Amino acid sequence: MMTKLYLSLKYGAILIWSAFVIAPFLWALTTSFKTASGVTGGPTYIPWLQYEPSLSGWRSLFSSGAGGIDVVKPYIDSVIVTGCASLISIVLGCLAAYGLSRFTYRAGFVKNTDLVFFFVSQRIMPPIVLAIPFFLMLKWLGLLDSKIGLIFVYVALLLPIAVWILVDFFNGIPREIDEMAILDGCTPFEAFRRVILPNSLAGIVVAGMFCLIFGWNDFFFAFTLTFTDTQLLPVAVVALNSSVTPWWSLSASALISVAPLLLIAFVVERFLSHGTLAGAIR
Amino acid sequence: MGETGLRSYKLAFLLPGLLTLLAIILFPLLFTIRVSASGWNATNPDLDWIGGANYAALWLDARFWQSLGRLSFMATGTVALQYVLGFALALLVWHDVKARRFFRVLFLIPMMTTPVIMSVIWRTILHESLGPANDVLSMLGLGPVPWLTSGGWAVASVMLVEVWQWTPFIFLLLLAGLISLPREPFLAAAIDGAGPVRTFVNVTFPLMAPVSIGAIMIRLIEASKLMETVYVLTSGGPGTATETSSYYIYIKGLRDFDIGYAAALSITYLVIMIVLLTVLGKLLHRALMGRAA
Repeated sequence: MMTKLYLSLKYGAILIWSAFVIAPFLWALTTSFKTASGVTGGPTYIPWLQYEPSLSGWRSLFSSGAGGIDVVKPYIDSVIVTGCASLISIVLGCLAAYGLSRFTYRAGFVKNTDLVFFFVSQRIMPPIVLAIPFFLMLKWLGLLDSKIGLIFVYVALLLPIAVWILVDFFNGIPREIDEMAILDGCTPFEAFRRVILPNSLAGIVVAGMFCLIFGWNDFFFAFTLTFTDTQLLPVAVVALNSSVTPWWSLSASALISVAPLLLIAFVVERFLSHGTLAGAIR
Repeated sequence: MGETGLRSYKLAFLLPGLLTLLAIILFPLLFTIRVSASGWNATNPDLDWIGGANYAALWLDARFWQSLGRLSFMATGTVALQYVLGFALALLVWHDVKARRFFRVLFLIPMMTTPVIMSVIWRTILHESLGPANDVLSMLGLGPVPWLTSGGWAVASVMLVEVWQWTPFIFLLLLAGLISLPREPFLAAAIDGAGPVRTFVNVTFPLMAPVSIGAIMIRLIEASKLMETVYVLTSGGPGTATETSSYYIYIKGLRDFDIGYAAALSITYLVIMIVLLTVLGKLLHRALMGRAA
């Protein structure tokens, strides 16, 4: 009797939270097939029954006319900027994290832990504090409204995440492994590339996914540092959020923007359930 | 290999990342400090020197201090909710649950989505007359809620969206922690005949204290920057009911182009956040680890 009550409470809670998680997606999905009349008549949910579905929301994704939003170029821009910034952050992050995990640095009162803290503490910096100097700096460099400028800025956002995850991960790999390699005649860099990297793929994948998540989902810097030549997806979608919002194209563009990262949820779960993530995140 | 050889390798590993970060963050920060002592604004775009006048002015700027208070309330409130819910969810799908891997994926999904884009969707959901939130409430016989148009409800709406978005993050870290826990303490508790509640209080919770502190601190740091959700959902309104510090600085700096003053606000905000987060970290450590000992 007790266990039955306990079980129904447990599954009840799981289902309630699942509904809360899914609800916005279902609402966006149904709204994306509406037209003006389907929106302004009050909330409706079921196509054909409550409103006549139309593809105009989805078609507007590829037209740049009124109420339309051409997502193709923002999509490509977002992929390029996020991909390049993540890649640079992972490369620099791996090197720095490996150094911090294996060597002892000392410059005055600065030691390894202070250096790790310096990297990680950059996440405290509110974007607004950097927005104005970034704006002026990129303007001075002629990189305002360009992909290269944004990549530059995103590296500052993502590198701390990469170092944070990778230092702990490298610390978990026994030092004997690289000592053996060095005894075999490898230089420290060869030991790192041939022995450590292949053994830390899980950590690198996890760090890379976090970089992709935080890069793809950033809005503020793309919003303040780019205007017309470069436009990332979040900025393009939010630009539709004006007073007369075409909810159907808004919903369609929102769904297509968040879709690629949903795949990451599956990968993260894999690492999580196999216990690999516990080593990578602490 | 000689000392100098090792030394150059040491630097070759660390310096590329360190110098990149220094170049991208430290110089802008120093520049902001310098700008904060200038009267730079839309009519006077000059890096002149007016000393601490901006800081003296912000001392009396009630709107700034109110935004800080509001931010503190919203950040600690949402993170507390996220922690309780995230821990509960992690325990729910930890073990002995059918289709647990499916639910784990599902529970992770919100943190993968773009906050501003989902906020745009939430804005349509919370729309007073056209959104489904009030529609569902009216089916339950509850009156229309002015989600985004009344001060208190607007704060609650921002917090609701933040909880939806970021509970998965705490869930992820705590579940990873739970999965890596050793089995022995649980076996010992079972042999002692401890029920689920006592096992949680005496075993699970203390063992999870370090992970909990880490997860809460990361979320507090991220929540202290709260702005994007506010920008999309309410634009700080109604009035200034949901205006956070970042958003107020954004208005001052990038909308009114009162650059010098905004820089002074930024530096003050940054220093206060570092102090508050350090103190909170210490308190949290004492509260959670104290019980474990």
